[in-house]
Amino acid sequence: MSLVLDIFTVLAVSTGAFFFLAGTVGLLRFPDALARLHALTKADNLGLGLVVLGLLPRADGALGALKLIVVWLLVLLAGATVSQLLARVARRAGPSA
Amino acid sequence: MTVAWAFDAILAATVLAVACWTMAIRDTFAAVVGFVAYGLLLALVWVRLTAPDVALTEAAIGGGLTGVLLLGAAARLRPAQAAAAAETPGLALRLVTGVGCALISAALAAAVLLLPDPAPSLAPAAVADLPAIGVGNPITGVLMAYRALDTLLETVVLLLGLIGVWSLTPDSFWGGVPGPQHPARTDDALVFLARLLPPVGIVIGVYLLWVGKDEPGGAFQGGALLAAMWLLAMMAGLAKAPPTSRRWLRLVLVAGPLVFLAIGLAGLALAGAFLAYPEAYAKPLIMIIEVAKMLSVAATLGLLVAGSPERTPSR
Repeated sequence: MSLVLDIFTVLAVSTGAFFFLAGTVGLLRFPDALARLHALTKADNLGLGLVVLGLLPRADGALGALKLIVVWLLVLLAGATVSQLLARVARRAGPSA
Repeated sequence: MTVAWAFDAILAATVLAVACWTMAIRDTFAAVVGFVAYGLLLALVWVRLTAPDVALTEAAIGGGLTGVLLLGAAARLRPAQAAAAAETPGLALRLVTGVGCALISAALAAAVLLLPDPAPSLAPAAVADLPAIGVGNPITGVLMAYRALDTLLETVVLLLGLIGVWSLTPDSFWGGVPGPQHPARTDDALVFLARLLPPVGIVIGVYLLWVGKDEPGGAFQGGALLAAMWLLAMMAGLAKAPPTSRRWLRLVLVAGPLVFLAIGLAGLALAGAFLAYPEAYAKPLIMIIEVAKMLSVAATLGLLVAGSPERTPSR
């Protein structure tokens, strides 16, 4: 059982790390602000989500697991809001920004 | 073990690289962004040094509120930036600055490297007397009991900072509303966040204060979080900044130092020394001071970021 959980953790955290890597590459390589924001949200939402999912079996108790999930939800909320605000400024500034 | 070592090495290299980049970049806004990233990385360094209390403060103050303060300053300096960038200091000044900084760095490095091994420590003595104070977190014990005078002066210094900001007020706006007017927006992501987040943030802030007696946390970290929630509501236009002449506002600002000082003076009569606590009441007294301090810290930090009064109170 613990071996299954270990494999699950390694798989989920690795996939999460891959999304962070892909998001970072996108942030550096994509041509305009909106596309870069799109890349960033993949790292925030999926990357962190998968890392949290992978760490859930290792959390100490239900309270620890709950804290991890709350951290993910708060990052989702903050990330989505900041993306909206940045995208609004980028659109107002025009396509050259 | 080696994985942890590799992580530490990469972390240290990244912190140094971000610090150098922040210094070298010419654009003020980019430098502030670099500084915020530097603060967050530094918080990670403190976690690796098993100092979570310092990490929390660094993340909240160094990465968070100082970042907002500097962003405001950068926005104000923008008109003058081109002129400032055109001025290059002379070779002699640059040489003296460089040599001075190098000397300070060398002295700090020498002080750290020349420490005797094991380093002299009062930690065992501090931990040994913790049960008498009734708090489980040694950091809180040191801040509130052994070094209470430092903590008291710290709360006063914060207040002095705010007085400094307020003293820049033009005469006509004295006692007025700090900061620019944020228009009330209705359909905005920021408004949505400002409605959703403060209940969560306030609970976590109070939680940080409450666990601070036994776990990492405390009045400063909790207060910084409360200030952030207040600022969020103000920036979204949901809460109006109060005129700085309000009596209740000034009472909240001085509550922390005042309660601290009153309990400290009472210690003179009840426990035989300034800032000493009668042993039976040490823990409740410390918690009372912490609550008052958190309110003052939250109000002071919020108003520091809001800035000096720029408007007369609107009716």
